[in-house]
Amino acid sequence: MALFCQTPSLSRRAVLMNGGALYAAAFVPKIAAAADGRDPRLVVIILRGALDGLAAVGPFGDPDYASLHGELALSPVGEHPGFSLDGFFVLNPAMPNFARLYTSGQAAVVHACATGYRERSHFDGQDVLESGYPGPGRVDSGWLNRAIAVLPRGERIGLHGGLGVGASMPLVMRGPAPVLGWASQSLPTASDDLASRVLDLYVHLDPTLARALREGLETDKMADREGVTGDLAKPRGGMDQPAGMRQAAMGAAKLIAAADGPRLAAMAFDGWDTHANEGGAVGQLALRLSGLDGAFEALESGLGSRWKDSVVVAITEFGRTAKINGTIGTDHGTATVAFLAGGAVKGGRVIADWPGLKPAQLFEGRDLMPTHDLRAVLKGLLADQFGLSNAVLSDWIFPDSAAIAPLRGLIA
Amino acid sequence: MGLGADPKLAMVALNRFGLGARPGDLAAAAGDPRGYVKSEAAMAAIAELQSPDLLATKANLQLLFAEQEERRRQREMAPPPAATGAAPAVAPMMAQAPRLNGDSTSMIGAPPSPANPAAAGAMANPTLGPDGKPKPPAPSIEQKTYRAEILERLKKQVAVPAGFIERLVGFWSNHFAVSVTKGQFVRMAAGSFEREAIRPHVLGSFSAMLKAVEQHPAMLFYLDNQQSMGPDSQAGRNRSKGLNENLAREILELHTLGVGSGYSQADVTNLARIITGWTFAGREGRLGEPGTFAFFANAHEPGSQTLLNRTYAQPGVQQGEAELADLARHPATATHISSKLVRHFVADDPPAEIVARLAKVFRDTDGDLQATSLALVDQDAAWTAPLSKIRTPYEFLIASARAQGRAPEDAGPVLGALNALGMGLWQPPGPNGFVDSVAAWASPEGMKVRLDIAAQMAQRMKDLGNPLSMLDTVAGAASSDETRQAIARAESRQQALALLFMSPEFQRR
Repeated sequence: MALFCQTPSLSRRAVLMNGGALYAAAFVPKIAAAADGRDPRLVVIILRGALDGLAAVGPFGDPDYASLHGELALSPVGEHPGFSLDGFFVLNPAMPNFARLYTSGQAAVVHACATGYRERSHFDGQDVLESGYPGPGRVDSGWLNRAIAVLPRGERIGLHGGLGVGASMPLVMRGPAPVLGWASQSLPTASDDLASRVLDLYVHLDPTLARALREGLETDKMADREGVTGDLAKPRGGMDQPAGMRQAAMGAAKLIAAADGPRLAAMAFDGWDTHANEGGAVGQLALRLSGLDGAFEALESGLGSRWKDSVVVAITEFGRTAKINGTIGTDHGTATVAFLAGGAVKGGRVIADWPGLKPAQLFEGRDLMPTHDLRAVLKGLLADQFGLSNAVLSDWIFPDSAAIAPLRGLIA
Repeated sequence: MGLGADPKLAMVALNRFGLGARPGDLAAAAGDPRGYVKSEAAMAAIAELQSPDLLATKANLQLLFAEQEERRRQREMAPPPAATGAAPAVAPMMAQAPRLNGDSTSMIGAPPSPANPAAAGAMANPTLGPDGKPKPPAPSIEQKTYRAEILERLKKQVAVPAGFIERLVGFWSNHFAVSVTKGQFVRMAAGSFEREAIRPHVLGSFSAMLKAVEQHPAMLFYLDNQQSMGPDSQAGRNRSKGLNENLAREILELHTLGVGSGYSQADVTNLARIITGWTFAGREGRLGEPGTFAFFANAHEPGSQTLLNRTYAQPGVQQGEAELADLARHPATATHISSKLVRHFVADDPPAEIVARLAKVFRDTDGDLQATSLALVDQDAAWTAPLSKIRTPYEFLIASARAQGRAPEDAGPVLGALNALGMGLWQPPGPNGFVDSVAAWASPEGMKVRLDIAAQMAQRMKDLGNPLSMLDTVAGAASSDETRQAIARAESRQQALALLFMSPEFQRR
């Protein structure tokens, strides 16, 4: 019936699909021909709210750090000593698993990095981070989804494209490529018969809803098969709580470890907007970091033998002020950290072109100056992990980023 | 009117502009669908929500302060814990520290264990009465208040004729979002915030709503302004404390001008200075009656401030009030609000001509929200645009209650369903509120859970009636042959009702 808008997003999707197909034909990724036996996974964790990179990985070797970051500053010594990473940087003590992975060469930190966004709105910042476009305003698809769209179908990438964890699909995973959604849930499941009848109705009346429901049902089946049921399926906590983060990671690990499961997954953790009483080595930020740390561990154990070919990257929309504010927190800033973990990561290092923290070295006199473009990191990961070409990375996945060369050698 | 006598327009009236049809509503709207929607605005007290079970913010907060004080006293009487460390330093901040351990009563965080049947158990096991379960611990004061607020809201929203004004309430509550996950304080005051700062103004002045919101304890607490102090104020210097930009930034970015409208980082910082001292009176009432807005002059940054090239030299609280009045009147605010309204009611990509019309009315009437909202209803294009939006989870649940003509008697199942669908009431992921787009709600996981919930609702319905008459109730002549057939061929009444709840006629608006 005419009143129902049948295909507004479908037609847009069709256009994008064609674009993706063209790219796929033009730049056949190396992986299609690779015979090295690798079966890589990539998990992207979006930290929503702007993580204070200076309280997650503190530059204790910088002479201005302790005074600027005040009681939020980390130190390798004292009452709550962090993990010294290289004599200059110290990791928040709430992250023992990441420290262990770092020591065993399976985790790395990129510091003083940022997207190309230089304002301080969370929401625009997240859109830029997740869409992969140079500026805000594009929310039709995310860079991870567009990456999937150009990867060859088949057993390597799985039949199901990507996986989005959580009640709503993160923007980074929305777009032309098929995706599955999964969230911990304790509702009784509707019968298969009802599901197929509703699906049939949608196929006739509403293709957009049909596509969404079909994908939701497929994930559910896979979750059942992979044992993501019972206790594992019960909600343990919000995505701003350690239990919730850990559980999301565990569920995602099971699904992407499956032989026919998706190879790429995205999830979003909340609660990083620490304007007041942020806490440094202990407190609310440390609590959230312990959740992220638990998620790394859950992914490591859940991926099992797949961990050796996997990369997990945790990124945030921007950093926070270098100087703490009037309420023992930090306001919106610019550069921050990105965490890399996984058996495939060439770890044990902090990748930083340290800008310094003197007033003239700060961005606009207040924020850590970005010296690495986060897109270079992400392009490097996609290039090394999936063999995507520079052209496809610069035009299609991160549009208008030709000037930003992929940071290579992140993968061992 | 120029819309003709299309029988589908009654459904547009109730679905696009309202909260869905109850038995008889489609027929009542059919003669003059536009008039049906607009007439709601003229009804007495239509936007108010009053009940003997609901208290004012100050009374709610005084109860909370008393309980926190009682807990503190009990802690002090208890023997000291064996292990010390960071805990003593952190504990006193708990009451105000945002989400340090989350909110123990937060439903989204509650596993469906017997200890917390309210979370999902009530939804998961509708047949289990309270008798069949181990007795749960008594709910906290803020949880009781939260539930009472929700129940009264649900009742009101089933009782109103079209639901247009209630949709506006929901829109503005989401525009000026606070989240109960911030902790006890916001959970205790979120309902009264909506009743006191939003409802009185949805048919009134934007400027008045803006002032009421930014001076409400729930918003001041949610965005940390009660902690912000002028670095050169008396209190700021004594305690070496200073600014917190959180509320100031969101006022500019979310509440008024909108992101990218030309303000600078300096404007954000200056606005933060201007509203230093905007706080609420605490338990001891040093600044005024506990639980009410207070201007703490000692924390206010002295001197005049510049914002968007204007200088504000007013003394004290008037400085911020003058600034808010100017922001409310700014043309960027008119455009920002108008596009959000059209995006909410009409389409994810709001048609530019409707937005322009609304923005003009907003500007010409100095932010008269009744005139602006009715201007939307007056646009033919707002009636003829395809029903491309999907009901939010909340709208979906309210519409199902209205289709049955019955208000929920308990907030528990609705809360459980809302949390499962990722839309806990007054619990958006951030100060920008819930995303208002089809993609956000028609996600694979979202649709799958909607299906499970539709099946649950159908199972729970006591009086099933004839599913085809319910289709007539909610869609009437606008229902498709496919949906009618699918319902007629269902294997049971329950399955037929679940199909009805999931049908595009019921999901789209």
